[in-house]
Amino acid sequence: MLLTITNTTPEASDLGYLLHKHPDKVQTFNLSFGAAHVFYPEAGSTRFTAALLLDVDPIGLVRNRRGPKGEGFSLDQYVNDRPYVASSFMSVALARVFNSALGGRCRDKPGLVDRPLRLEVRLACVPARRGGEDLLRRLFEPLGYRIEAARHGLDDTRPDWGESPYFDLKLSGEVTLRDALSHLYVLLPVLDNDKHYWVGRDELEKLLSKGERWLKGHPEKQLITNRYLRYTSRLTREALSRLVDEESDPDAEAEAHDKEEETVEERISLHEQRHAAVIAALKASGARRVLDLGCAQGALLRRLMQEKQFEAIVGLDVSLRSLDAAEDRLRLDRLPAAQRERITLMHGSLMYRDRRIQGYDAAAVVEVIEHLDPPRLAALERVVFEFARPGAVVLTTPNVEYNVRFETLPAGRYRHRDHRFEWTREQFKAWAGQVCERFGYGVRFLTVGPEDPEVGGPTQMAVFEVRPDADRPGVREAP
Amino acid sequence: MTVTIPELSLVVFIGASGSGKSSFGRKHFGRFEVVSSDFCRGLVADDENDQAASAPAFDLLYEIVGKRLTLGRLTAIDATNVRPEDRKRLVLLAREHHVLPVALVFDLPEQVCHDRNQTRPDRDFGPHVVRGQRKAMKQGLRGLKREGFRYVYTFKSVEDVDAAVVERAPLWNNRKDEHGPFDIIGDVHGCYDECAALLKQLGYRLNEDDQREDGLGITVTPPAGRRAVFVGDLVDRGPGVVRVLRLAMSMAADGVGLCVPGNHDVKLLRKLNGRNVQITHGLDATLEQLEPETDAFREQVRDFIDGLVSHYVFDDGNLVVAHAGLKESMQGRGSGKVREFCLYGETTGETDEFGLPIRCDWAAAYRGRAAVVYGHTPVPEAEWVNHTINIDTGCVFGGKLTALRYPERELVSVQASDVYAEPARPFLQEREQDGRLSTQQRLDDVLDLEDVFGKRVIETRLQRSIVIREHHAAAALEVMSRFAANPKWLIYLPPTMSPCETSRLDGLLEHPSEAFAYYRNQGVARVVCQQKHMGSRAVAIVCRDPDVPRTRFGVDEDGVGVIYTRTGRRFFDDREREQRLLERLQTAATDAGLWDELETDWLCLDCELMPWSAKAQELLRTQYAAVGSAGKNALAEAAAVLQKAAERTPEAAGLLQDYTGRAADVDHYISAYQRYCWPVGSIDDLRLAPFHLLASEKQAHTRQDHAWHMQQCHRLAGGCDATIIATDCLTVDLTDERSMAEGVRWWEAYTGQGGEGMVVKPLEFVARGGRGLIQPAVKCRGREYLRIIYGPQYARPEHLERLRSRGLGRKRSLALREFALGVESLERFVRREPLRRVHECVFAVLALESEPVDPRL
Repeated sequence: MLLTITNTTPEASDLGYLLHKHPDKVQTFNLSFGAAHVFYPEAGSTRFTAALLLDVDPIGLVRNRRGPKGEGFSLDQYVNDRPYVASSFMSVALARVFNSALGGRCRDKPGLVDRPLRLEVRLACVPARRGGEDLLRRLFEPLGYRIEAARHGLDDTRPDWGESPYFDLKLSGEVTLRDALSHLYVLLPVLDNDKHYWVGRDELEKLLSKGERWLKGHPEKQLITNRYLRYTSRLTREALSRLVDEESDPDAEAEAHDKEEETVEERISLHEQRHAAVIAALKASGARRVLDLGCAQGALLRRLMQEKQFEAIVGLDVSLRSLDAAEDRLRLDRLPAAQRERITLMHGSLMYRDRRIQGYDAAAVVEVIEHLDPPRLAALERVVFEFARPGAVVLTTPNVEYNVRFETLPAGRYRHRDHRFEWTREQFKAWAGQVCERFGYGVRFLTVGPEDPEVGGPTQMAVFEVRPDADRPGVREAP
Repeated sequence: MTVTIPELSLVVFIGASGSGKSSFGRKHFGRFEVVSSDFCRGLVADDENDQAASAPAFDLLYEIVGKRLTLGRLTAIDATNVRPEDRKRLVLLAREHHVLPVALVFDLPEQVCHDRNQTRPDRDFGPHVVRGQRKAMKQGLRGLKREGFRYVYTFKSVEDVDAAVVERAPLWNNRKDEHGPFDIIGDVHGCYDECAALLKQLGYRLNEDDQREDGLGITVTPPAGRRAVFVGDLVDRGPGVVRVLRLAMSMAADGVGLCVPGNHDVKLLRKLNGRNVQITHGLDATLEQLEPETDAFREQVRDFIDGLVSHYVFDDGNLVVAHAGLKESMQGRGSGKVREFCLYGETTGETDEFGLPIRCDWAAAYRGRAAVVYGHTPVPEAEWVNHTINIDTGCVFGGKLTALRYPERELVSVQASDVYAEPARPFLQEREQDGRLSTQQRLDDVLDLEDVFGKRVIETRLQRSIVIREHHAAAALEVMSRFAANPKWLIYLPPTMSPCETSRLDGLLEHPSEAFAYYRNQGVARVVCQQKHMGSRAVAIVCRDPDVPRTRFGVDEDGVGVIYTRTGRRFFDDREREQRLLERLQTAATDAGLWDELETDWLCLDCELMPWSAKAQELLRTQYAAVGSAGKNALAEAAAVLQKAAERTPEAAGLLQDYTGRAADVDHYISAYQRYCWPVGSIDDLRLAPFHLLASEKQAHTRQDHAWHMQQCHRLAGGCDATIIATDCLTVDLTDERSMAEGVRWWEAYTGQGGEGMVVKPLEFVARGGRGLIQPAVKCRGREYLRIIYGPQYARPEHLERLRSRGLGRKRSLALREFALGVESLERFVRREPLRRVHECVFAVLALESEPVDPRL
């Protein structure tokens, strides 16, 4: 990966002093992930260019990999773009190779440090995932750069595959070298959005110290900190709050906050309403021992725990990762014993008959069925309604008719990538009807969320209850 | 004295301290067969004589006894057991596990016990202890039979004890040494004509015989080596009860037939024994027909039925015959409960709308190893359910009389010539109500978590126990539940494949000579080299007509089959496209005449489906093409800048050369992946290359060599349809240098044109070497292809040297286990085992695939 910095200010060769690198040499520095070469392709009095060529060793990266256990062994490790793109490796190299310049130290000409220079910065291959050229502009223009960005094609022979996420980026502006380097240091990883080493507290310190002079005033501060610290939301909040303490523009801050809440509100309200409706139905059924089948990360379980009526609560999910998250979010290890005994998390699947979930009063099956291929739904029906056979089943699924009311959702698309189907109200009723018929349940339907006169509510809900007169269907088995 | 005990029994020693129980145990029983209370005291409290530890010690003892009896192990209890309350729990345990309790009483003189205890320093108790024990024992001795002990032996003296010989008698039901072949015949119920016709059809000759001493008047000659087994209910309802009895009794007497009792037979016995029974359910017919017979004959009948054994276990425990079936925990055991189950089955205690008891469907829950053949409840057709089969096809109700030939598993039936009785519950309609699937297929609609979850050990024919670890099973559960096709389709998942050993040749990581060397060193003489297509692995099941998915696979969906990926996911989201492709395969199979030749309605094929981009487009776009684009642009710019620098600074020339080379590597890399991509507008753009014909109705074709498989696949590809393509192959003789050189040249030519590489397989589908199973295949990939695995610059010397250190052991062990499981699942499917048995293997392959292994291998 290549970075060139050209000084076009008169006495352009000052760049060499600022960088502390001899203009007539090729200097090589060893780094943990490869090597960095510094050399000068141009050394005129009006144009003086320094080049930093980064040689990332992809095999070394895999063989000496760091980071948490289990992250290894994905196929992209040898075949990856790291050797070619401007990424956090470049930031690390900048900090190592141009340490003095970045720190604002110049031995021979200390007066140069704070003098703005007419600089051109060129990066041959900058990834701008999730944002493209607009993102480049939003990040660099507020810092006083003029931007020329040309997007690279993906594959000449396959125009149907679209464009690459990479840009040839040229920034020109009048800035001090130390600022220019610190801008790159902070923003290259932000653009890349694919950090190569684990985010920790020291990372946060680095961000704040390198960006302290300009980050607070940057309109995209939120985005920058979010993407820089992409893995840990708690760290993000901490970083933000520290920045906000010294806030100079409270209006802009408040505006950003509103915007954030708006998008979240939209999401949360339906979610919340759905859970509230499910809980109401479960409570009305008189259930004391309840199942949350497909409990995901435990959002509904947390609400169920707040209801004294439920003496035994079981959350079952097919994803171990979700269950781990649920365990964390419910803080199971910190619950008092009496509370802890109320709840059980189970790894299981609604595709397999499971004796552990027999004998409960009620089950919630919230936004689960649409994640199954329609032919596999038959297995869920029998597992839930025939074998587990809770007294009541509260089941929700999207109402596809309502999708036209979601402005951001393209026509014909489902709400979630993993949805295998979404039903109209009629389809849902037909399905529920035949389930009742086969398994001896009765059903009533409810709407969740704002009801539209034409297309109904966003979520549809069915409350099934065992008909007391119903014969237990299916095969009897010896105990 | 000879002490005869059943081979499976609970032997309870009864005797005071010092009466010689432990010595007797050591002398006559195995090291683990004797469970001693003293030993258990030692285990829980470090002291064999610590009476305070008695309660926990006995808890432990009961626990051990329970486990042993569950596993069917004879067990002897070495404790004083002098009081009835001491023995009660043991008798209960014996009953629970359906084994017979045996009492051995050591009624030795008090002085003998006392003297012995004197010599033991750890038994420093006074004489009153032994006296008390003996007194308690004496009081209870008479009641032993009443307590439930079937056999009681008493030793009165030291001499008695010393002279005792313990003999273990096989249980009456144990016929494990008899391997058949058998003809097992369903409920006859006095249908003599049908029974005679059936026997004749099975090759038995029936001759009138007035010379018989027993006066039964008939003698049956079986086909060589065969024996008939009646599942009981010979009598009642039908018109020929007496003749049926004569026939069965004569066959039993001559050793050409065996019979287990049915509930009707036993009821008749009770009547003949003078008991008061209700004359219902056809007993009236029997009594009426017996009326003209002599007392002697009735006596004969009585003795015959009385002598019948509740059930039989044949053929090393692989076959059980019982009238109403028998669950696994009762097989080969003897108790009142077992007998009751054999006669009546298990009922819920409720009755249905016809007034008949509601039966528990023990067969639906059956998981045993033995095939269970039974009758008792009439069904319209005999069908296998979980390794059990009910062959009572209601002859007397106008159905048919059915026999099962074992081990052939062939069903032979004779239609009833009349309706002799009306069934209380109509049984012929039952089927239609329950839809279009067989009982087994309906049961298989839902699999049980217990059959796949947790740590599992799977026995396969090719490799003994394969262990699936718990967390790997957990990972498989998620994939199987969220993404896989209907498990009924998944009769096989392909194993992973290891590369050949790493080559030391310049610029190469893999080379055919390593593959050849591997197989030669395993003792393989000939291998088949197959072109390795670069697409996605696909398993195709194609059916002869649209009924077969339902009739054979139990999948109630439209279409003629399925195409799924190596993780069991449907290959195409677009069902239409899947079915059109399958129809082409179907036509190819028809044109090649495979259906008739293999006598099958379906084929399971291992294939590669091209282009790679059809399945992997997202991966190609976001990773392979992206890396190509980034590399090309970044390196071009670097080379340009270095060019300038080199003009100023000569030492930059080295870097320039280096980066120019890298730019060329990226170009090669781009052309490498581009070769495997082309747009798919319609099905005509797809290419399907079958390379194994894995299975069809009659067999899993694992005994056919690869030459055969290639030949069949070439026949499929030979038609006019360009979608199905052949796989080039070459046979190489590993003992002939020239042949191997030709193999290398073949690989060089193919990979030189951009081919992915080749797969080298031993000629035999399943090959074994000195140390067991050997790799069913190793791959040998081309130099250019490996760029998309190891990165554009992998072949640069500094990279290659590091990449050469790669371990194949894990991958190879995985490949063998997965191969064994794949073959096992196919064989189980072909044997028509229940889905859970097939699914267990398929699930296990998926679980093994979640083990972390270097994905570049």
